[in-house]
Amino acid sequence: MELNDFIANFADQFDETDASEIQADTRFHDLEEWSSLTAMGIIAMVRTKYDKAVTGREIRDCETVEDIFNMIAAK
Amino acid sequence: MAYIKAISYYLPETILTNEALVEEFPEWSVEKVAAKVGVNTRHLTASNETAGDMAEKAARKLFVEYHVDPSTIDFVLLCTQSPDYFLPSTACVLQDRLGIPTTAGAFDYNLGCSGCVYGMAVAKGLIVAGIAKNILLLTSETYQKYLHPSDKSNRSIFGDGAAACLISTEGFAEIGKFDFGTDGSGYRHLIVETGASRQKERTGRESTDDDGHVRREDYLYMDGSAIFNFTLDSVPVMMENILAKNQIDKDAVDYYIFHQANKFMLNTIRKVCALPKDKFYINLENTGNTVSSTVLIALKDCLANGTLQKGMNVMVTGFGVGLSWGGTMLKFQ
Repeated sequence: MELNDFIANFADQFDETDASEIQADTRFHDLEEWSSLTAMGIIAMVRTKYDKAVTGREIRDCETVEDIFNMIAAK
Repeated sequence: MAYIKAISYYLPETILTNEALVEEFPEWSVEKVAAKVGVNTRHLTASNETAGDMAEKAARKLFVEYHVDPSTIDFVLLCTQSPDYFLPSTACVLQDRLGIPTTAGAFDYNLGCSGCVYGMAVAKGLIVAGIAKNILLLTSETYQKYLHPSDKSNRSIFGDGAAACLISTEGFAEIGKFDFGTDGSGYRHLIVETGASRQKERTGRESTDDDGHVRREDYLYMDGSAIFNFTLDSVPVMMENILAKNQIDKDAVDYYIFHQANKFMLNTIRKVCALPKDKFYINLENTGNTVSSTVLIALKDCLANGTLQKGMNVMVTGFGVGLSWGGTMLKFQ
C-alpha cells in the first residue's frame, strides 16, 4: 500500500473536486464536495482496492487524507 | 420439489420524481444522488392505502395474469414491516378479501430486504412436508410512511410497492437449496424505534450519527455505512455458500438477481464478488428500493423482457434490516 496511489484512489471518489486539490495533508472534511456519500465511496474503494473494512466513524475521526491512509495501513 | 408458478407486482399511483425532491431540497445535487443510488422515480402509497391494500392488488393482478383461481390457494404468507394492524395478521384479512378458502393457513412475518427469500424457503418447506400445495407469497412495504419529511437520503432511495408469487408443486422455476444468516447485534442499524411495545409513545428524540446524519427515534433510521459494511461482509460469503449447497460452479450461474438496495451498493457488491456486469441485474430507476419486493419485481421484469430463459440458473439473494440475509438458486424450466 503506497501513499500516492491511495491519494489518487481517494481523489477518484470526487466528481467536481480536482485531483490537484487533494494531497496527503488535505483536510478532507473541509472540501466543499465532501458528504456522507463521498464517505461511502471511500469505504467501497478501501474494500475493493485494499480488501479492508473501514467504518463511517473511523473516517469521521480522521482529519487528513494521510490520517486515513495510516489508519488503513495499520489494519 | 417446489416451484415458482407465477409472479405479479403492484406499484401505487403517486410518483415522486427527483425533480420534485430537488424542489424541496434546493441545496442538493439531485443528479449526483440519482447517479449514485440509481433511482429516478419512486412510488408512494396514498395516505389511506396500506401494505395490505397493495398486497391485495398484487394478488388480484396475479390471479388475472395467470388465470389463478383463488379457491386453489391453501396457504398465504405476507412479508411486511408495515402491517395494517398490530393484530390480527394482515394475511388473515387478505384471505377473506381475496376469496381464498377458510381451509387455508395464513400468517404475516416481519422481515425486510431478506423477506422474499425467507418466504420462498417457508413455502418450499410447506410443500416438501406435504402441508400445502399452492402458497401465495406476498411482499408489501410502505417504508415511505416511516420517513421524516427532511430525510432526503432515504426518501430518494426507498419506494413503496408489493409483489405476489405463487409457489407450487409445479411451475417455471425450481427453488433450490438455501443459505441464511442473522446478526441481531446490528438491530439498531436499520430501525423504527418507537410506536411498538419497547417504546410505545413517541419521544421526539434526535441525535447525529457517525456519518453526520440525523437519527430520529420516531422515524425510520438507517446507519448507511454500517449497513453497507455488513452487506460487503455477508454477501460474498453467502454467495459461496449458495454455490456449495447447490453444487454449482460460479461459471454455471447464468444470472444474479440480488436485492435492489441501491445502485452504488450493488456495484460495490458486484466488484467484491467478482461478478461480470452482463450477468448482474441492477434496475431500480423507476421503483426505488421496494424492500422485500425488489427480487420478485426484478424476476417479473426479467421474465417479461426475455432476460430469463429456460434452462438458466439464477442466484437470488436478500440482505438488510435485522440484520438478516438469505439466498437460493432458481432453475428455470
